[in-house]
Amino acid sequence: MIEFIQQLINGLSLGAIYALIALGYTMVYGVLRFINFAHGDVFMVGAFAGFYIAPAVLKFSNGNPSWTGAAIVLILAMVICAILGIVIEKLAYRPLRDRPRLTVLITAIGVSLFLENFGQYAFGVDPQFFPDLIGDHAITIPAWCGPFTDLTIMVSQVLVFVITIVLLVALRFIVMKTKLGMAMRALSVNPLATSLMGVNNDVVISFTFGLGSALAGAAGILISIQQPSIDPLMGLQPGIKAFVAAVLGGIGNIPGAALGGVLLGVIETLVVGYSDRLHIPSGYRDAVAFFLLILILLFKPTGLLGRVEREKV
Amino acid sequence: MLAALCLGTISALGQDKIEVGEYASLSGGNASFGQSSHNGIALAFDEINAAGGVLGKQIDLITEDDRSVAGEPSTIVRKLISQDHVIAILGEIASSKSLEAAPICQENKIPMISPGSTNEKVTQVGDYISRVCFIDPFQGKVMAKFAISKGWKNVAILTDVKQDYCVGLANAFRDSFTASGGAVVKNSTYSTGDKDFRAQLTDIKPTHPDAIFVPGYYGEVALIARQARQFGIKAPLLGGDGWVGESLLKVAGHALDGSYFSNHYSQDDPSPVIQSFVKTYQAKFGQVPDAMAALGYDAAKMLADAITRAGTTGEPQLRDAIAGTKNFKGVTGDITLDADRNAIKAAVILTIANGGFQFVQRVAP
Repeated sequence: MIEFIQQLINGLSLGAIYALIALGYTMVYGVLRFINFAHGDVFMVGAFAGFYIAPAVLKFSNGNPSWTGAAIVLILAMVICAILGIVIEKLAYRPLRDRPRLTVLITAIGVSLFLENFGQYAFGVDPQFFPDLIGDHAITIPAWCGPFTDLTIMVSQVLVFVITIVLLVALRFIVMKTKLGMAMRALSVNPLATSLMGVNNDVVISFTFGLGSALAGAAGILISIQQPSIDPLMGLQPGIKAFVAAVLGGIGNIPGAALGGVLLGVIETLVVGYSDRLHIPSGYRDAVAFFLLILILLFKPTGLLGRVEREKV
Repeated sequence: MLAALCLGTISALGQDKIEVGEYASLSGGNASFGQSSHNGIALAFDEINAAGGVLGKQIDLITEDDRSVAGEPSTIVRKLISQDHVIAILGEIASSKSLEAAPICQENKIPMISPGSTNEKVTQVGDYISRVCFIDPFQGKVMAKFAISKGWKNVAILTDVKQDYCVGLANAFRDSFTASGGAVVKNSTYSTGDKDFRAQLTDIKPTHPDAIFVPGYYGEVALIARQARQFGIKAPLLGGDGWVGESLLKVAGHALDGSYFSNHYSQDDPSPVIQSFVKTYQAKFGQVPDAMAALGYDAAKMLADAITRAGTTGEPQLRDAIAGTKNFKGVTGDITLDADRNAIKAAVILTIANGGFQFVQRVAP
């Protein structure tokens, strides 16, 4: 039983990582109907931004882990990624805005490949050790919890989980309650009508990309604290998984991305953890997870929380 | 026929150069392997060229990067053979990559020497494929015997199912270990590129293994070690030559202290051959050569030696000269190729302590 609870915790923590990356994916899609395949690589740049900033910031605490330092690194990395996202949109996507969506999609893959190769050139190809910003350790569970004291929960796992929820709520607030959010939603319905209403579409789209990339930057730092090995290709696998999570939850739907991420993480973990008893080789983890994805999409083609949209002819 | 055509083109192109191809993971997940072996090969050819080359000709090395991506080696090797008309090919370290390129070299009758692929199947592809390293049945046996000698009876195995090397080494270890009276208490797997191993470790922990055999590559092994210690698993980890990578200890920190792995050579070995190699390598590249660098160096030198003995770069003379390599004095030991063109030589066991690798023992074949 304890082992099962531990596996659930493992799954939730892995899922929170997918969810964190999926949030940015799904938000950009929700507004622009465009899958930004470079999202996973912006996530990588965020991690490396943190890697280079951290030593300077940690100097103020004599090289010791500090929560204030971690917060500063997190915010700086988010700002750098936001700027990167805005620049990418301006240089690569904006000139193609009136072209077919497929053109932009292929360009996004190009941007992704560019960032991966530039990363290998600039940061080196070998994995680097990401400095421990928060003094990560296992949480001591008080003795009165009985058998639960055997559980292993890391501070960083709780941190990722909490921040994912905070960002989820904040994002929901921005999209649903602010003027800019209203403009984003309007733009997603009809860009032409939105601009006729006096909205500057360029500003709204830049903001969307900035916000999405800032989320990727935050994910880069938080995940690197938990799994402190970073390399220029680190965005590939989580990028794909987060994309799947976003589709699973209903792409474009913000709570859906979080739900999809958590679900994918828990399923993967349980398949690996119980492969013996289920008689599934644990190497089939992805196969099982993606089979479930297909199954869910067969019955709910718009994803778990996605809405049906009617195409106007 | 094809080889004859190729040779014809070469002699037409220029008499003064011997073109040798190399494919390696210079970037991507296994970049540490590719860069080390590439440096070793480049150093060897520089030395040979400085001393006048072979058969009076300079060796020209043409290197291509497969980016650690499956599918790339076949494209690259086809390019090396058909466009660059190389007479021989060196590469790769990762067995999955070598297994991709080997059939193409065999089909085109171009000798391929792998510096560090230890999976048994690599040279079974055909008589043009050889290697300068030992193979996994030997490496697995060395680690299994070592575990038994330490009194470890219950071992869990955690394998990377996407790598032929890891699967082969895990099987070799399992067979030898159970035959010697040990018990494998858990078989668990992961995939290349994974960063979260908590599910597997949660599954392994209640079996209380004396040691965990992790025959993976350095990138994943470092994170496995860290997460195992977070879960309070204190058992030492055991592994193979895939652990050798610059970032292993940087990422793992102290998590691997007291763990053991088998390797091709130790840079701390006082033998003069090794020490002089370490010195020249360090002077040129500013770092201590790891096992992959030493193997790359040996592969290049062994090829040059075979060309000299054959007196030609023509086939099948060169192929036979490579296969006939006997007591070749390499940095990683004396190399004699057996009937399957695998090098028969000793392995070393290293341990991790004080932030570095330490020599434990040498195991003869």
